[in-house]
Amino acid sequence: MVRSLMSMRRPAGVFALLTCVALSSHAGAQDSPQTPHLGTPMSKTEVAKWDLTVFPDGRGLPPGHGTAKEGRAIYLQKCASCHGDRGQGATAEDLVSGPNPPTSDNPSKAIGSYWPYATTIFDFIRRSMPPAAPGTLSSDELYALTAYLLAANKIIGESDEMDALSLPKIAMPNRDGFIPIDAKK
Amino acid sequence: MASKFSDGDLTPIAGGGLLDRRLLLKSGVVFAAAASSPSELVRAAAGEDASLADPPWLHKTGLPFSGYGTPSKYEKYVVRNIGGNRAPAGDGVSWTPLEDLEGIITPSGLHFERHHNGVPDIDPEQHRLVIHGRVRQALMFTVESLLRYPMRSQFLFIECGGNSNAGWHEEPIQRPLGSFHGLVSCSEWTGVPLSALLDEAGVDPSASWVIAEGADANLLNVSLPLSKLMDDAIVALYQNGERLRLENGYPVRLVVPGWEGITNVKWLRRLHITNQPAMTRNETAKYTELLPSGKARMFTFVMDAKSLITSPSPGQTLKGPNVYEIRGLAWSGRGKIVKVDVSADGGKSWAAAHLNEPVMPRCFTRFRMPWNWDGKPATLKSRATDETGYVQPERDVLIQERGRNGYFHYNAIVSWAVDEDGTVTHVYA
Repeated sequence: MVRSLMSMRRPAGVFALLTCVALSSHAGAQDSPQTPHLGTPMSKTEVAKWDLTVFPDGRGLPPGHGTAKEGRAIYLQKCASCHGDRGQGATAEDLVSGPNPPTSDNPSKAIGSYWPYATTIFDFIRRSMPPAAPGTLSSDELYALTAYLLAANKIIGESDEMDALSLPKIAMPNRDGFIPIDAKK
Repeated sequence: MASKFSDGDLTPIAGGGLLDRRLLLKSGVVFAAAASSPSELVRAAAGEDASLADPPWLHKTGLPFSGYGTPSKYEKYVVRNIGGNRAPAGDGVSWTPLEDLEGIITPSGLHFERHHNGVPDIDPEQHRLVIHGRVRQALMFTVESLLRYPMRSQFLFIECGGNSNAGWHEEPIQRPLGSFHGLVSCSEWTGVPLSALLDEAGVDPSASWVIAEGADANLLNVSLPLSKLMDDAIVALYQNGERLRLENGYPVRLVVPGWEGITNVKWLRRLHITNQPAMTRNETAKYTELLPSGKARMFTFVMDAKSLITSPSPGQTLKGPNVYEIRGLAWSGRGKIVKVDVSADGGKSWAAAHLNEPVMPRCFTRFRMPWNWDGKPATLKSRATDETGYVQPERDVLIQERGRNGYFHYNAIVSWAVDEDGTVTHVYA
């Protein structure tokens, strides 16, 4: 999926502005008259264009699918130059640690040993990778890359298909490795 | 050159020559300061003596007016230290040169930077802030509309959760103070209380978390408890009286008083009101602190109390035995600083420093301490206490509690060794 930024560029039309003012003065009288109510109401369709949140339970994941085999080719083409040809890290950080627990003297905080949720991998790649052209990978490519990284960390098999249903079901080894301090989960 | 001190003035109140802080309020006394400014050192090295002849600027018309003032060319060395970056170039930090600054406000152009994929050059007319999720009505705000809301101004520090992390190293790092501890800065932030916008959207009683997202090429996102945001978060539009600087989130950033830098999302474009954290990279893989047990602290939002002696500090030199003013900064994400103790004998004895007014919650506090240095080796430390009673820990205590693999939230007491020749180095003491 290509991230849509079109909604940011749409100028507010005069009609929309008038509608907004009419709605706001009504709402303002009811709720908090001390604030000016200048927000433009958004429809569900408009919100959907902006909403890029992916939750650990899979809410927010788009349609699409991919396997590690497919992901490896994309990885070598778009990721390996910074992260190393096997995810071992280069100019950018290491991505592959295997599922070893983070208790050693020099513990790895890479995906397999540290990251508690597989959905985070998909979400972070989608919003920020590759750095020179974030938002350009399709949903299928994103699922394939996520599958590749999970397989490289020995958490899934080479042929396991990742999609909106299977990805949130992955049990990451360090799922219970965190203690919330200033907030409850 | 110290002057007009009486014998009583110079009676120490703690080891190593610390003097009563009330001496600072006495008129007519002059303190020496550690030499730090490179321009000062350059002039001294050139042997220039400005006192004999009239300087030329007394006898000719000066420079023309300017639309936007800049620092004197003699201050060109006072800049952020851009460091620690790995490829790609947009991912890295620049450090505030705390050792070169005074007072409590960081000039906007020297506020530290932490970017994950460069600084977006945002046209404010095209920028929108969207609030959606568990609300009665999803809303989209233009920047122009936000500027029309009732505003609040607050003096607040912002500190990166990774600030001072070289403190975990086995050996004390030798760098200027700002290039070690300078991922913290303090500004007057002005903007719309976020609660006003959330009230207009009508937050559902089932909501408890907010996912905040920035409009950089990282779409940086982080999950925050709704209660804190309703309590005191600001949708900031101004920094130190002018619109936000590009690298500090222009045109709109979230300011979350006292909470780690990553939560103060720059270029704020979306607030997703929800009932659980999204478990983004920035609250799982990063900004969590691995403990010796193998478990990691998570959602460590509050920046605990910390203090630093900014002068003298590493790279500066004391020019012989004299009465000096020890100067420093203290802050706490939990409220006001109530006390800063200073030691000149490596922590054997302590004395309370003078806290320069104003002292504000979650803001830099400037402290000062008179010190009669006798030219012998000394070890300087400062220790902050905040209004909750929390006392900044010694380094060995912090490491005992957290181990050395946590990376984030290093706030231990910092020690400077002053040698007989006046050089200052970072030590663990």
